[in-house]
Amino acid sequence: MTLKTLLLGAVATSALAPAAYAERGEDGHVNIIYWQAPSIMTPYLSGGTKDIEAASLVLEPLGRYDQTGALVPYLAAEIPTVENGGVSEDLTTITWKLKEGLTWSDGTPLTSADVKFTADYCMDPEGGCAQLAKFDHISEIETPDDLTIIVHFDKAMPNPYGPFMGGQSPILQKAQFESCMGAAASTCTEANFKPVGTGPFVVDEFKPNDVISLSANPNYRDPAKPAFATATLKGGGDAESAARAVLQTGEMDYAWNLQLAPDVLASMAEAGAGVPVSAFGTLVERIEMNMTDPSPDLPEGERATVAHPHPILSDLNVRKALSMAIDRDLLVEVGYGQAGRATCNLVPAPEMYASPNTDCLTQDLDGAKALLEEAGWTDSDGDGIRDKDGEKLSLLYQSSTNAVRQDFQALIKDWWNQIGVEVELRNVDSSVFFGGDPGSPDTFQKFYADVEMYANNFDGTDPQSYLQMYRCGNEPKPSSQWQGENINRYCDPAYDALLDELAATGELSKRGEIAKKLNEMLTKDSYTIVPLVDRGRVSAHSNSLGGVILNTWDSELWNAADWYRIDG
Amino acid sequence: MTDSPQDDLIVAAPETVAPIEALRDKGPDAPPRSKWKDVWAQFRKHRGAMIGAFFLMLITFGVLLGPYLWTLDAQKLDIRAKDMRPIYTALWNPEAKTGWNHPLGSDQLGRDNLAQLIAGGRASMAVGWAAMLLSLIIGTGVGVVAGFFKRLDGPLMRLTDLFLSLPILPLLLVAVTLFRQPLRANFGPEGGMFILIVAVVGITSWMPTARIVRGDVLALKEREFVLAARSIGTRPFAIIRRHLLPNVLSPIMVSATLGLATAIITESALSFLGVGFPSDFPTWGKMLADAVARMEDYPERVVLPGIAISLTVLGVNYLGDGLRDALDPRIRGR
Amino acid sequence: MLTFAVRRLLLSIPTLLFISFVIFMLLQLAPGDPMAQVPLTVPPDVKEKMRQALGLGEPPLVQYWKWLVQVFWTEPKIFIDWLTRDSFLLGWLPDTHLYQNELRVLSWQTRSPVMDIVLQRLPQTLWVVGLSYIVGILIALPIGIYSAYRQYSVFDQAGTFVTMVGFSIPPFFTGPLLIVIFSVYLGWFPSIYDTTHVVNDWDSFTVQLRQMVMPIMVLALQTTAQLSRYMRASMLDNLGQDYVRTARAKGLSEAIVVMVHVLRNSMIPVVTVIALGVPAIFGGAIITENVFKVNGIGQLLLTALFANDLPMVMTLTFIFAFLIVTFNLIADVLYGLLDPRIRYD
Repeated sequence: MTLKTLLLGAVATSALAPAAYAERGEDGHVNIIYWQAPSIMTPYLSGGTKDIEAASLVLEPLGRYDQTGALVPYLAAEIPTVENGGVSEDLTTITWKLKEGLTWSDGTPLTSADVKFTADYCMDPEGGCAQLAKFDHISEIETPDDLTIIVHFDKAMPNPYGPFMGGQSPILQKAQFESCMGAAASTCTEANFKPVGTGPFVVDEFKPNDVISLSANPNYRDPAKPAFATATLKGGGDAESAARAVLQTGEMDYAWNLQLAPDVLASMAEAGAGVPVSAFGTLVERIEMNMTDPSPDLPEGERATVAHPHPILSDLNVRKALSMAIDRDLLVEVGYGQAGRATCNLVPAPEMYASPNTDCLTQDLDGAKALLEEAGWTDSDGDGIRDKDGEKLSLLYQSSTNAVRQDFQALIKDWWNQIGVEVELRNVDSSVFFGGDPGSPDTFQKFYADVEMYANNFDGTDPQSYLQMYRCGNEPKPSSQWQGENINRYCDPAYDALLDELAATGELSKRGEIAKKLNEMLTKDSYTIVPLVDRGRVSAHSNSLGGVILNTWDSELWNAADWYRIDG
Repeated sequence: MTDSPQDDLIVAAPETVAPIEALRDKGPDAPPRSKWKDVWAQFRKHRGAMIGAFFLMLITFGVLLGPYLWTLDAQKLDIRAKDMRPIYTALWNPEAKTGWNHPLGSDQLGRDNLAQLIAGGRASMAVGWAAMLLSLIIGTGVGVVAGFFKRLDGPLMRLTDLFLSLPILPLLLVAVTLFRQPLRANFGPEGGMFILIVAVVGITSWMPTARIVRGDVLALKEREFVLAARSIGTRPFAIIRRHLLPNVLSPIMVSATLGLATAIITESALSFLGVGFPSDFPTWGKMLADAVARMEDYPERVVLPGIAISLTVLGVNYLGDGLRDALDPRIRGR
Repeated sequence: MLTFAVRRLLLSIPTLLFISFVIFMLLQLAPGDPMAQVPLTVPPDVKEKMRQALGLGEPPLVQYWKWLVQVFWTEPKIFIDWLTRDSFLLGWLPDTHLYQNELRVLSWQTRSPVMDIVLQRLPQTLWVVGLSYIVGILIALPIGIYSAYRQYSVFDQAGTFVTMVGFSIPPFFTGPLLIVIFSVYLGWFPSIYDTTHVVNDWDSFTVQLRQMVMPIMVLALQTTAQLSRYMRASMLDNLGQDYVRTARAKGLSEAIVVMVHVLRNSMIPVVTVIALGVPAIFGGAIITENVFKVNGIGQLLLTALFANDLPMVMTLTFIFAFLIVTFNLIADVLYGLLDPRIRYD
């Protein structure tokens, strides 16, 4: 992490120096590559990370999260809080004030009507808005004058920063999208591809899933920015070739999300045309234990449902032993390098929510063996696989297809074999694995396997909705078309009670306490979820691109307005 | 495998009235050599075919007997000995991490490259041959029948068009959804996958062979020797077997060679989609695909499986050449 | 032959309809979800609403019918409108205004008309994949002919070796290999294809050439390997035939014997293979396009498949099916021209 701090320091000092005499567009052209090509320029119709990030060059929210997770005002004059009176004492209203004199890129003024419109646009029942959850519990939006927006919620919101905050819910121009409400949303190709925004850039040409040509917004609020007159956001290929283009050939200035093995990235970085940068967020690679029986012998409709508890994994000792057998530091070294750190927590950040739970970090193969032995799992027939009551300790371990995950699977299988557990590996194409098709046996929700590995995180800095996923009854089941977020089918009334307490608590330190307790109930108390690695984000920029501050709490392109060319 | 009328040279019966001096032969003093002996003799004279056969045998025995000679488990991780270089690297780079415990080096998790090559070869060769033969049989069958029987030409060729148009990825996903569980229950995880992979590769790659064979048969069946065969009352299937198939042998051989290479490569693409063998089960195609990202630092990891695939395909190619020449009576005996 | 062609053309309409139905049902049956790429932070009920907005809740047959209407009725109207309004050929005709804002085939990923994206992608696919195909054919035919004529010569052996090794090494390896050699170490060619590049003078033409070289090399290698093998095998079959001896005995020059008599009779399998390959040009080269970021139709299909963008996949596959049926028909007609003995009726 020294690299990152060094870079941040360098950026901070050099960013201040040229600002005095900087001029819009003086640094020419910047090339950005996203190996997943953006398909649309509004985050409301797609929800894909690539689209949210591309849109953030053009569209802006009222406020963003910065690299530390703190809130910074963008279109708003300041972030409303209880202290400054922007959020009411009972946590049911939040009052936003816009900066004065803001204009859209077409020169028309931005008003509170645009902000209200954005909410109406997303909340239209027929629109299929991807960010609908951000607008949950809104009862009314008032616009007493052109600069003020008052959002009323129908209950106390300890975290009122859902709507209009962060890259997921930027402000749309009412004039442009007025005729695109509801079912008409998908017919507005021109608006969806070339939205009028307030951000540093304007779309000149949008080739879906290929390339976006942009130029500096002539009406951007800071007359000295952006430093680049034009920008290209090229999409396609894979992470490896994107990394090559920045680090080795220097054709591109910025490459997003380089999920590559650390040795591959390091050897590319030796070429010296650019540097990889990394930062941490809340993304945790974890193994999820199936608490229900996924056996194919069960009739369809009962398989992997709460009607049948798992014959092996219902035993806490087995789950604990499986976790103890894993050497998380080695996993980090093999898979993520500087962009990962071993963790035992489901909620690894922000600091006030992260539990100081570190007891899983040391691998203890002998302890795991002893634990299994004690729990009655012995190798009674001498085939190297433990068993108990005729049930073999044999697991199907599935994950999505991804080079690093397959390496992890191989390593973990090896450790589990050493403690006498038989493991079969399966990898599923990620478009099927993460798709919710109830007809497929291979989705992660259906969980027709004993353990599975993937990564998940939460938007913004508040883990409440994230922890709420593991509520009783929220599990995927046939009656809900296998939709549901409680992937493990975990159920603990004490956990649910504590969740209710969290939802009713507004005081931040108290919330932190409860969140930590909830996190521990899922991890070190029950080993339902076995966290492995707190995964950072790795991106790369060329040596001549300055001003890059990698941000995992918001879009990576959040500060593209501040980017500039080093050495002209 | 006689194939044209020119081949049926008339052997005159010697016991007639006194023939002229020049033709006074004693008659055959040895029984006529069987055709297959001739074929074999011709085949043995074909240098390319012999070299090809030698390499194929070498690779086949290598992967079959290899595990008994080099007993390291291909799936065994040895993380302390990861990223070893092959032993020959020490010749020009004494600092390289080499050792006789991993003569061809090890991968990023410390799995032995030699053991993986051997184990991977077993899977790749089995899948490659089985899928290639399946696709060849379907393709040739459809092609010959469509070309020969006018009535079936339309339906069969439209079927070919249909198969050519089917998008492969959704087809694979459907096959996995429907058949993986039953196959796995009946044949075990690896056996079931083997059948599924072979079936999928076979079923999605027979169409070019069918079109090529049909094109040739359409032209061949109008030739004089087929007319002659027909006129002496040869049944359609006998015509196909004796006269048509031998004449379309050379495009089939080419299809076979190309098909083998395609099948070995396709298998690796399938495992990316989660349709293939479990991810820790090595195959040549998968070794090659996994190593592409590290080809600058560890070129051997792409080169070794690449050479193995190329050698196999070249071997089959030369073998096919030799076989074709040996079966062609015009060349044979020249 | 003409009646045959006409009959086959008419027959291809029900064939194509049937193929489109099978493809549609296959896509319905395949597991997959257009919401797979939406982050897990979006809750399942919101995803369900998004699916409804895409029209996924309707029964499959209704969805199929809507697609049929859009492809065979709405899109042709737009095409006719374009012909009479903007095209050079028929622009003098009065504007027909047939299209009345009916719903077109919309992609689920981009919410824009599929046909527009296809047209946007065609140039780079035709430039790169089409050119590589032509280059491949131009190299393969002479190699195949000469290798057969001088069987087992050094040239033949070398040709065999290179083409077979080339064919057995997949493009997912040759692509990055070329990038490492020519972009990283030598710096001759760009590793990223610029689809916004406009050719309008000599300099921009050389830029275009430089960015096309590597993908064309990779693709042409595959085409060459395949075609030259078939050409060689077919020539070998014919070179030993009696008519060749007869032609030589008549005193015809070797050039005429080989290039006219033998070549024409050897073309049937080669024509088949070439005809099978042409629809693949329009289909783009999935792996190669992706490696070099050419972003043509192959890459479009790949992203659509991974995003489960059914309207896009369906329309693209149908276009391929149309081309496959057409070019196989053309091949059948060509057989008759190459060998007049072939009769279809």
